[in-house]
Amino acid sequence: MSDIFKGYKGAALKTLKKYKIRVWSDASISTSRGDFKGIVLPRAENDDDRHIVLKLITGYNVGVAVDSILNMQEDGYKEAHYKIPEKEFPTSPDKPNVKLLGTGGTIASRLDYRTGAVIPAFSPGELYGAVPELADICNLSTEKLFAVFSENMGPKQYLVLAKAIEKEIKNGIDGIVVGHGTDTMHHTAAALSFMVQKPPVPIVMVGSQRSSDRPSSDAALNLIHAAYTAAEADIAEVMVCMFGPTSDEYGLLHRGTRVRKMHSSYRSTFRTIGDIPIAKVRWGKITPLHKKFSRRRNDRNVEIYPYFEERVALLDYYPNMHPDIIDSLVEKGYKGIVIAGTGLGHMNKPVYPAIERAIKAGVVIYMTVQTLWGFVHMFVYETGRDMVAKGVVPAENMLPEVAYIKLGWALGQTNDPGEVKKLMLTPVCDEITEGEPYNGYLVYQGGIPEVEEFLKKFHK
Amino acid sequence: MRGKIQSPLSEANSGALVGYIPLHKASSETYRQMGFKCGLEIHQQLKTAKKLFCRCPAGIYQQAEDYNAEIIRHMRPTLSELGEYDGTALMEFKTRKNITYRLKNENACTYEIDDTPPFPINREALSIAIEIALLLKSSIVGELHITRKQYLDGSIPTGFQRTAIVSVEGYIPLPAKNIRMIQLSIEEDSCREVSDIGHERIYTTDRLGMPLIEMVTAPEMLNPQEAAAAAHFLRFLARSTGKVRTGIGAARQDVNVSISGGTRVEIKGVAHISRIPRLTHNEAFRQRALLEIKKILGKRIKSVEEWQMAYCKVNAQNPVIASLATQANKDDGTCFYAVNLPDFVGLLSFFTQPGKCFSDEISDRLKVIACLEKPNLRHHEEKESVIDWGKLRRENKWKQTDAQLLISGQPEDLHTALETIEERCRLAFFGVPNETRKSLKDGTTIFERVLPGPDRMYPDTDSAPLPISETLIEELRRQLPTAVENSVQMMQQWQFPQDVVGYILKNNLFPLVKKNITDFNLQPVFVATFFGHNLKHIEGWITPASQFDYERIYALFAFLRQENLQPELAKKMLPVIYHYPNMDFESVLLTIAFKKHSDDDILALIPDLKTKFKDIGRKDDAAMREWMMGQLRSRAIGNIALKALWEILDGGCDE
Repeated sequence: MSDIFKGYKGAALKTLKKYKIRVWSDASISTSRGDFKGIVLPRAENDDDRHIVLKLITGYNVGVAVDSILNMQEDGYKEAHYKIPEKEFPTSPDKPNVKLLGTGGTIASRLDYRTGAVIPAFSPGELYGAVPELADICNLSTEKLFAVFSENMGPKQYLVLAKAIEKEIKNGIDGIVVGHGTDTMHHTAAALSFMVQKPPVPIVMVGSQRSSDRPSSDAALNLIHAAYTAAEADIAEVMVCMFGPTSDEYGLLHRGTRVRKMHSSYRSTFRTIGDIPIAKVRWGKITPLHKKFSRRRNDRNVEIYPYFEERVALLDYYPNMHPDIIDSLVEKGYKGIVIAGTGLGHMNKPVYPAIERAIKAGVVIYMTVQTLWGFVHMFVYETGRDMVAKGVVPAENMLPEVAYIKLGWALGQTNDPGEVKKLMLTPVCDEITEGEPYNGYLVYQGGIPEVEEFLKKFHK
Repeated sequence: MRGKIQSPLSEANSGALVGYIPLHKASSETYRQMGFKCGLEIHQQLKTAKKLFCRCPAGIYQQAEDYNAEIIRHMRPTLSELGEYDGTALMEFKTRKNITYRLKNENACTYEIDDTPPFPINREALSIAIEIALLLKSSIVGELHITRKQYLDGSIPTGFQRTAIVSVEGYIPLPAKNIRMIQLSIEEDSCREVSDIGHERIYTTDRLGMPLIEMVTAPEMLNPQEAAAAAHFLRFLARSTGKVRTGIGAARQDVNVSISGGTRVEIKGVAHISRIPRLTHNEAFRQRALLEIKKILGKRIKSVEEWQMAYCKVNAQNPVIASLATQANKDDGTCFYAVNLPDFVGLLSFFTQPGKCFSDEISDRLKVIACLEKPNLRHHEEKESVIDWGKLRRENKWKQTDAQLLISGQPEDLHTALETIEERCRLAFFGVPNETRKSLKDGTTIFERVLPGPDRMYPDTDSAPLPISETLIEELRRQLPTAVENSVQMMQQWQFPQDVVGYILKNNLFPLVKKNITDFNLQPVFVATFFGHNLKHIEGWITPASQFDYERIYALFAFLRQENLQPELAKKMLPVIYHYPNMDFESVLLTIAFKKHSDDDILALIPDLKTKFKDIGRKDDAAMREWMMGQLRSRAIGNIALKALWEILDGGCDE
C-alpha cells in the first residue's frame, strides 16, 4: 500500500490518501492559490511533508502546498519507466578486450526518485547506448562489483577489487578500467597501487565530476579516454584518468600514488602532486610526459598483496592540538598513525608526551606534510629532530592519504615496527621519489599578468 | 497508381496557388479562414544586481573580442526524467559542434563554466517574478522546483537551462477579450552567440545566468494584430513593476503559430514587437504552402513508404559539375553528391515565404544539422544553373518527373546531410514539421531546430525545492503597482491621445504622470502631451549630458508651483533640463532668458496693441485677438496662464 505513495509522509501522505491519489496519477488539484493539473511524482525522502510534487504537461515540476489543497481528483495514471536504451555491444576480434569493473559513482547514472539523487546504472549495453564511441575502441565487458558511492569505498572493497583485477589479468584481458566515484578515487588508486604490483596491463581508474545525466558531463569523454588507455597504452600501472583542463580536450594519466583530488567541483580536479603526470591522452593518441613508467607486457604475471589493517588513522595537525587526541587513538587500539604536519613536518611540544606514550605502546607514527607539495625534512628544526628522536618516522614525500593507505597495507602484513618501516620506506611505485622535479609544483596565481596571458592563450 | 504530374510549378504561380497576399491586404477574415492561432512566450530580464544562481554581477556585457580566457565543450543528449530522449537533443547531437566560450573575469565565475553547482536562487529575482505573477492573476506554486531544460546547442555550458515554474494560469485583459496565461517561469539567461561557422560555434558568457522570466500565453490570438497587442500588454505589465531591464535584448518574444491542418511552429527571438505581425502572417502562409505541397505529394505518390530517395557521389572530374569543382575544393577534400527526389518535380521551387521556396527548407536544415555552410545546395529548378542537370539525369536514369539537387562538403558531414535531406522530404508528406524557427528582419524565418517537447525536462538534482510562503506573497501583493488595464482606463477617462498611452506604459511613467496631475492639479491632457509629445520628441534628438531621471519632471512642476510660475513654462525649460539633467532650475530660466512679469504688466500692454492692430488697418475681432495673443505669448508664458490671457483678450475685444 505504501509503495503507491512513494516518498510521501506525514501531512502530504494523509492528503493523498484522503483523496485516493496514487503517485503517477494524472491529477487535478484545486487550491486556495488556484488550480493545478499534472502527474503526481514521487517525493524525495528528505524533503518536507508539506508539499505534493506535480509534473505539469509542459514537463516542469511544481510543488503544491498541502495546506492550500481544497480538492484533488485522479484523471488518469501514467507510470514512468526510466531506462537508458540498451543496445548489444558490438565486438570484433581485432579490437583489444577491456574489462570495466564498476564500483558505483556517476560514470553512468540515472535519477533516483526517492532521494532525488542520481544512482549508477551500468551494463555494456547501456554504456554503448550512452557512449557509442566505445565500440570503436575496444571489446568492452563489464562487471559490477559493488554499487556504492565513493565515500563508502573502504578496505573491504579494495581487497575485492584487487582480487577481481588479478582474475581478469589471469584470464588474459588487455586492459582494465575501474569506474569509481571521484571523492576517494585517489585513496583507492593508492590501495590498488600497493595491492596489485607489477601488472602486465594498464589499470585505469575513471569517474566524472559532472554526472552523466547532464549534456555537458565529462563522463563520456573520461570513459573514452580511459577505455582507449586500457586498450592501447604502453603503460602497465595503476592510473587515474580524468580531465586535464576543464575544456573537453584531453585527459591526464596520473600515477595512482601521486594523484589527489584538488577541487570540490572542477572537472580538472585531479592533479599529480610532487611529480608530473605520466601521460596525456586523447582518443587515438597517448603522449607520454614522464620518462619513467612500467611498460605493457604479454605475460600474465601479477603480484597481489591483499592486506589491510583497518586500525590506522590520519591526523591533520593544527595549532593547539591536544595530546589527548593521540592518547585516545592509542587507547582505542590503533596500530598506526599518519600525521600531516605543518611545514616540513612539525607538531608542537605539548603533544610530545603523547607521542612518546604511543610509541612506547607499540603504535607506529609516520610524518607527512600538509602542504602536500615537498618532502618531510625533520632535521632542519629542533622540533623535527625531537620527534625523530622519539620515534616518529619521516615519510619522505609520500602524500598524507597515500601514507595512510600504505600504512594500513603494511600493518596488514606485519606488526613488527622494523618490518613496517622497511615496507613503508621502500617505494613500490613512486609514492616516494628521489627528488621533486622543479616543474612539479605549479599552483598558478590568478590575476597576475603572465598567468592571465596564459589563460587567454590556452584552454583552461 | 500515380497521379498525372503537371509541368513544373514556378515560384510565382505556386505563390498564387497558396493564395499568398501581403500583410497590408489581409483582414481578420483572411486569418479566420486559415484557422490562424498564435501564442506568445515573452522573455523579460529582471533588474537585479546579481545573476540568478551565482553572485556574478548581472548586466555587464563584453565585446566579442574582449575576453580573458576560453574553454571548449561538447554536448551529448541525456534521458529525460520520464525515460525518453528529446528529439531536439538528438538532432543537436548529430551536428557535432565544438563549442567555445569566451570568458571575462568581471562577469563569470566557475558557475558559468559549469564547474560548480548552483548557489541558492537569487531571492530578489524570485520576488520580482512573484510580483509579476500576481499582476497576471495566476496561481502561484506552493514550492518552487528547479528544473533542467536541455539545450544542446551550447548556448548554456551545462547543456541545460535552470528554470522553475512560479505560477500557472491567470489572464491578461485585452480590450477585445481576455487572453489566458499558461505559466510564468523564472530562468537563467543563455550565452550570446558570437559566430557559428561549420563545426565551430562561439559564445560569450556575459549574459549567461542573468535572471529572466518567461510568460507563456495560451494560443488564443486569432490574428497578427492581436498577437502584437498581447505582446505590448505583457511588456507594459512587466515594466509597470519598474523592476525589469529595458534596452536591446532585455525583452525577447517567442511566437507560436499554427493554422488549421498545420502544426505549432515556434518563431524564436523576436526582438521587436512591431515585427510580430509580419512574421506570423508569413508563417501562416508558409504552413499553407507546406500543406499544399503535402496535397500535391499525396496525389503523386500513394504512400511515403514507397518513396525512396536516391543519391550518387559525383566525381570532381565529372564535366557535369566542372565549373563547381575548383582547385581549392579538390585540395580540401570536398565531395559532391547528387540526390534524386522521385516525383518531386516543381516542388523544390515551390513558394514557401516571400522570396523563398521549398529548397530553402532543406538548405536551412543542412546548415544547422549537417554544418554545411550556405550555399550548400543547388537544384535543377534554379533559374541559372552551372550544372548540366540533363546529363546527370540521363547518366543515372532519373525521370523527368523527379527533382534533383547537388550538395557538397566534407565527407564526414555528407552522411548526415543525406539523412537530413531525406528526413525533410519525408516530412513534406505530412505537411508542417514541428520546428523552432529563427526570425529574420525581413519577416521571414529559417529553421533553427526541431521543436523540443516535455522530454527535455529533468529535475535539477543540485537544488532543493523551495517553499513560497503566504507571508511573502502577501507582502508582495501589498506593494503591487496599478494594474495596466486600470491605468489604461484612467488615461482614457482623462482623454489621453492613444499614442501617448503607449509611450507612458512603455516607459512605466503612469505613476509619475498621475502624481503630477494630482499633486499639482494640472490638466491631464497637458501632462499627457508634455510627456508623450514634448518629452518624447526631445528624447529623439537630444543626448543628455548625464543620465536623465524622469522624476526630475516632478521636481520641475514643484518648482514652478513654488515660484508661482505657470506650468506652460515647463515646455520651454524641458529641452535644457533634458540636455543638462544636473542644472538647477534657476539657471535653466536664465538659459532660456525668462523674465518675470506681473499680470498687470502684461495686461497693460493690451491697449497699445489694440491701437497698433487698428493702425494696420484690419477690423476683424477674431483676427485681432489671435494677433495680440501672438504678440504677448513669449512674455506671458510662465507668468500668466495662456488660457486665462486668451479669455481676457476675448473680453477685451468685445468692448
